[in-house]
Amino acid sequence: MPQFAVPEHAEEGKFVGRRITRVENITLLKGKGQFVDDLPTKKGTAEVAILRSPHAHAEVVSIDYSDALALPGVFAVITGEDMLAETDPMIVGFENPIDYRGVALDKVRYVGEPVAVIAARDRYTAEDAMDLVKVEYKVLKPVIDPVEAAKPEAPLIHTKGDSNCVSRRTFTHGEPDDAFAAAKRTNEITIRYPRNSITPMETYAVIAEHMEETGGFDVTSNFQGPFSVHTVMAMALRIRTSALRHHSPTNSGGSFGSKLTIFPYVVVMCVLARKAGRPVKWIEDRLEHLSSANSAPNRVTRIEAAYDDDGIVSALRMEHWDDHGAYLRAPMPAPIYRMHGVSTNGYDIRHLEVVNNIMITNKCPTGAVRGFGGPQLYFAVERMMQVIATELGIDPLEMLRRNLIKAEQFPYKAIAGALIDSGDYHRTVDETVDQGGLEELKKRRDAARAEGKLYGIGYAACVEPSQSNMGYISTLKTGLERERAGPKDGAVATVTVSVDALGSVNVIGDSVPQGQGHQTTLSQIVADELGLRPHDVVVTLDTDTAKDGWSIAAGNYSCRFAPASCSAAHEAAVKVRTKMARIAATTLNVGVDEIEFTKGKIHAKSNPDNAVPFYRVGGLAHWSPSSLPDEMDPGLRETSHWNAPELTPTTANDEINTSLAYGFGFDFCGVEIDPKTGQVRVDKYVSAHDCGTILNPGLAEGQIRGSYVAAIGATLMEEFKYNEEDGSFLSGTFAEYLVPTAPEVPELTLIHPTPNPSPYTRLGAKGIAEGNQYTTPVCMANAVADALGRKDVSTPLTPSKVFEWLHDTEMQPKGATPPAPAKGKGQAIEGVGETLVPASPQEVWNILLDPEKMANVIPGCHELTEVGSNAYEAVVTLGVGPVKGKFDAKINLTDLDEPKSVTLSGTAQGTLGSSSGSGSVTLEAADGGTRVSYTYEVHLSGKVAAVGGRMVRGAARHLIDRFFKALVRQAGGEDDGGGGKRGLFRRGGS
Amino acid sequence: MTKMERAGRYPVEFNLNGEPVDGFASPRMLLSDFLRHEIGATGTHVGCEHGVCGVCTVKVDGKAVRSCLMFAVQAEGAEIETIEGMAEADGSFSALQEAFHQNFALQCGYCTPGVLMSLSEFLGRNPDPTEDEVKVALSGNICRCTGYHEIVQAAMDAAKAIREGAA
Amino acid sequence: MKPPPFDYLRANSVDEAVAMLAEQGDDARIIAGGQSLVPMLNMRLMRPEVLVDIGKLEETRYIRKSHGSVEIGASTTQGEVMDWDELDATLPLVAKAFPHIGHFQTRNRGTVCGSITHADPSSELPLCLAVLGGEVTLQSSQGARTVSAGDFQQGLLTVDKEADEMTVMVSFPVAQSGEGYAFQEFAHRHGDFAVVAVAAKVTGDSIRLGVGGVADRPEVRQWGLLEGDALDDALNEFAWEMGGSDDIHASARHRRELVRHLGREAVADARQEAGI
Ligand SMILES: Cc1cc2nc3c(=O)[nH]c(=O)nc-3n(C[C@H](O)[C@H](O)[C@H](O)COP(=O)(O)OP(=O)(O)OC[C@H]3O[C@@H](n4cnc5c(N)ncnc54)[C@H](O)[C@@H]3O)c2cc1C
Ligand code: FES
Ligand code: FES
Repeated sequence: MPQFAVPEHAEEGKFVGRRITRVENITLLKGKGQFVDDLPTKKGTAEVAILRSPHAHAEVVSIDYSDALALPGVFAVITGEDMLAETDPMIVGFENPIDYRGVALDKVRYVGEPVAVIAARDRYTAEDAMDLVKVEYKVLKPVIDPVEAAKPEAPLIHTKGDSNCVSRRTFTHGEPDDAFAAAKRTNEITIRYPRNSITPMETYAVIAEHMEETGGFDVTSNFQGPFSVHTVMAMALRIRTSALRHHSPTNSGGSFGSKLTIFPYVVVMCVLARKAGRPVKWIEDRLEHLSSANSAPNRVTRIEAAYDDDGIVSALRMEHWDDHGAYLRAPMPAPIYRMHGVSTNGYDIRHLEVVNNIMITNKCPTGAVRGFGGPQLYFAVERMMQVIATELGIDPLEMLRRNLIKAEQFPYKAIAGALIDSGDYHRTVDETVDQGGLEELKKRRDAARAEGKLYGIGYAACVEPSQSNMGYISTLKTGLERERAGPKDGAVATVTVSVDALGSVNVIGDSVPQGQGHQTTLSQIVADELGLRPHDVVVTLDTDTAKDGWSIAAGNYSCRFAPASCSAAHEAAVKVRTKMARIAATTLNVGVDEIEFTKGKIHAKSNPDNAVPFYRVGGLAHWSPSSLPDEMDPGLRETSHWNAPELTPTTANDEINTSLAYGFGFDFCGVEIDPKTGQVRVDKYVSAHDCGTILNPGLAEGQIRGSYVAAIGATLMEEFKYNEEDGSFLSGTFAEYLVPTAPEVPELTLIHPTPNPSPYTRLGAKGIAEGNQYTTPVCMANAVADALGRKDVSTPLTPSKVFEWLHDTEMQPKGATPPAPAKGKGQAIEGVGETLVPASPQEVWNILLDPEKMANVIPGCHELTEVGSNAYEAVVTLGVGPVKGKFDAKINLTDLDEPKSVTLSGTAQGTLGSSSGSGSVTLEAADGGTRVSYTYEVHLSGKVAAVGGRMVRGAARHLIDRFFKALVRQAGGEDDGGGGKRGLFRRGGS
Repeated sequence: MTKMERAGRYPVEFNLNGEPVDGFASPRMLLSDFLRHEIGATGTHVGCEHGVCGVCTVKVDGKAVRSCLMFAVQAEGAEIETIEGMAEADGSFSALQEAFHQNFALQCGYCTPGVLMSLSEFLGRNPDPTEDEVKVALSGNICRCTGYHEIVQAAMDAAKAIREGAA
Repeated sequence: MKPPPFDYLRANSVDEAVAMLAEQGDDARIIAGGQSLVPMLNMRLMRPEVLVDIGKLEETRYIRKSHGSVEIGASTTQGEVMDWDELDATLPLVAKAFPHIGHFQTRNRGTVCGSITHADPSSELPLCLAVLGGEVTLQSSQGARTVSAGDFQQGLLTVDKEADEMTVMVSFPVAQSGEGYAFQEFAHRHGDFAVVAVAAKVTGDSIRLGVGGVADRPEVRQWGLLEGDALDDALNEFAWEMGGSDDIHASARHRRELVRHLGREAVADARQEAGI
């Protein structure tokens, strides 16, 4: 077998800071990882499928699951009724009108909301049962846009409240009004940040079992924390927190924030397990994940800046409409508050006003997504900086330099409260510009522009917060409310280091890794302290809330690992070391100060031969407590509950040090836009991150590169799309929600700037995993704005969008007249057409009003019953080609003007989704027959809309086409059986 | 002709990484589910069940295919290779695994089994690829953790190591 | 995402397969490579009672040259055709289109006949077949018939094939010397279905241009050797005749521009290859 050189595995010196290969790989590369669905389950464990809402907003009139329950192999079904009876609402940090229990209660409020949850002997059977559940909905008007949702006339989503804005707070830091009044210049833009998520490759997974002896539950899931949510789950389940025992497995297939919002499913699965009387396992599938797992909040921000002729910004004003979808799930609306302290980014801006509107809309509820509030904020601030530079004719980079916090100002207290620990932003920028070849890039731009190409350069800087203050979410409350609730601050990390009787070292911790290599890093840190090698240290990071040390901040989020978990590991290792040094000092008869740990030995500094093997000291602590120095406890197991005193509570004036350590990122890029296709080609992308001490360059670089690719996705292609009119979800598969693959990722030039370690973390490390989430979208948007000379740019920078920005007009046809532009938002499937029927208007009219004849005309109609005057119910099989499904249809005829015109409207609902539509039909005598003209509008929601991407519109037209062909046939005409009549069915403007 | 009823469970036998395995499957059981839950070979993962992500990629008769788009009964008699069979006989990493290890080409490792199976066929057919060819070969495998860069480097290193090993 | 229940029949011959189709009618479906069928089944977008597997049929595993055409049997995979060493020489257009079709892993199972029978409006192979004027051979227990590409694909996922018929082979006319071919595609990612795909064939006196991804099936136009504004006008009319619709991947207007732009490029490339 070929061997690779492994220089970094040299046996000497310190391991922190070196490119140590990952211990995690040993199992993962052999297919022996332990992900939730790989774990053995108890015999009899049921598998779960979830029936989800096809509607964005509807009343749940009735649910009948008797047929599902009767299917052999089905054990239990639960609905909102069970949740109401057996759980309390899952609370968030403030009073609000939302009653959220994980399954729809009275209404459904987004496409994908769970409606019924089924436990069966396997997932196949559970899905069979799902098809047998009958749900009757009364569709309500949805609201999708957060600014629209704030208007008084918007449909109210949670009717216990009086507005879809569930929290509105205004923050004033400094004297923004005065600063704006005094400013020579001001400018304002509005940005719209889209919905996206980093969709981990492993989806959500929960195994739950009811435990009779405690009355609680045993749960295994790939929940990532924060464990503050453990309390939310236990309270919802009406059990003691200690009776909710949660295990997370050794491996998790990525999270990127996403796996925080597994917790509602944990509650639901617990209730189901109790009802089913057996353990249940739910493995979310990809369609479920995309429609209903998680999303970053989309946000609209109106940002205003006050500045002088030199571009020195004195004040910012921002109003955010932060869109959290249908429900708030703890700790939402955290992202916006997590960034509050750094609202002014890395700039020395001393006056600030921020208005936060927390909005509810008919979309998937939000959760954590890598970047956690940063991409939205920085998109606004960094766009603003570029807009100002353009207005003033200042080089955008010079504009940044003039406003960035200066090296001598650190630690810098930002006006909104962040205590930015360290940095040398100007130096980082200079190093990046030099090493990244900005001058060369500018030449390339000039040359490209000289050739008439659309080329732009963009810049973006960001402060990268890590380790969140558990108190920041309280900033959402008023000072008085905070006082009543009691102080909230800090962020405790827990790591335990133990040495057993043979001197081998174990480390356990609360970091719940999702693939970042925590085991490797902690082994490096502990090995260094104890004079061992990383592979001498066994790190076990699966968690068990019943046995492990953990606190509310536990988990894997907001770049917590490097500052917090690593500090805790370091502290615990130092504690062990101190204890062992004391024991060794007695044995070696030297002072404790004289003791050193190297290469598996503990020895006197001045005389390395005066040594005792590491394992022997370990042994003594276990085998001979009596020989330990005075008052020393036996054993060697030390736990650190590490907290940073800098993480103080929100002040009376709403200032908050939102995070502990703050890195700095700076990117620039050159892009060229193809005017023919609208495609944005990245010519060069340069990125630098100063994250303080680098613990393992291999892992650190992996985090940056991974974040970069995710950010490329967010910038160029990823978006959860909704139909703005009917709220249907349109990005339901990995062929609709596009994420980058290897060929789409532009080369990254990674700069390693001089690090500025954090003075507040034990190793000087800061978080590193989120940086490009912050910078890349706005850096590229700035480049595109530069290339196009355009102020209003938004992500994702999809070819169609950029194309439409570039071209206002289109080459017109000479022959045919172009179709009329779509009315409204053009999101419904609309069309007009006409056909000639060889019968008199009265005869055609009679067909339309004769149920038996209509049954022949409606495509795929099995039975049609008249249920009232001009109201019918039908069972129809609809589809194109092989794609087919059964639907229950309701059809109403209104506006009857015999024999001239009628409006047909109706709904259809089936396992493929649901549809509503209306069409008006006009009959006119012509050419010895009747000219039937019609216009229609169809809405599709649910599965077909989510997965049908490229084809649903064509499919709907195809069906309408078939309807009118059948009408011709029914009226005694000849259906020409093919494309012949197609010309008559001219497409609508959609 | 072979007929299998929907409600039945039928014996399925094939070679998995050179060893005969067997189990029972209803006609609709996906090969991915069969491998993971009938055979217990959980090294192969599932990420989308609609053919796009590549996480479930295994080799069937030497060709990399989506195991989520095959039924177990279709694998009867086949030679199937998965990540579990990649290491050398003595348990050490193969060249491709070693290159992944050295290049930090995996993080969570969830996509890795599929990536390895894809590259295993690809490098067999194209032992001296360019980076661009590797990228195109990887276009059927989504990874959400790494920057792909590391995977491409690993593939290049592995190709080189295999070439040199064979020389 | 698990398929609904179905009976599974593995055919050992075409006769067996079509006999099964005759017996089961509309409730049966052929499964060839499964690369389009199984995703739809996993999403339960369809519920066939019976699947008839022809994937392992040796009888239809062939690529053969016959009467100026290349005939490809129903169980021949896309990968096998792509690897065929005479592909570049005989079917240069298809050779150019192949790298755009999915990924090598999907081509390892997906069949050529399956792609053409599935009739996705954005698919490359039906587009090539239409531009080349190829044919599809269908067989039922009643006998066989041959349909031209233009007649076969009628619309969205809809072809001129009765429920009891199976596509046994497709045939692509072999390229003649003096002809030039080009294939251009705009897709969001490598291996995605085309937003717009354009296939061009240029001969001594004609341009034949096909477009996928805009109308509900590949549309083909044939012109004389148009150039400059005349070509632009023809492409523009063509784009408007197809219209296109907005979806989450592209706007109709963008699609029409891609038709004009890729059409021009493809014609230029094909002319160059033809030396005209
Ligand atoms: C990730 C991914 C990406 C893809 N990208 C592309 C792409 O870019 N371009 C593209 O064109 N395709 C793409 N495809 C689809 C792929 O090319 C399919 O293989 C092809 O469309 C269908 O061929 P199949 O043999 O797999 O047919 P199947 O999936 O087995 O069948 C498809 C349909 O055709 C019918 N059928 C198949 N063969 C016959 C026959 N002989 N007689 C009668 N009916 C038959 C089936 O009943 C079924 O309705 C992609 C697929 C995947 C999973
Ligand atoms: S799980 Fe098979 S391709 Fe995604
Ligand atoms: S390593 Fe996590 S998805 Fe690739």
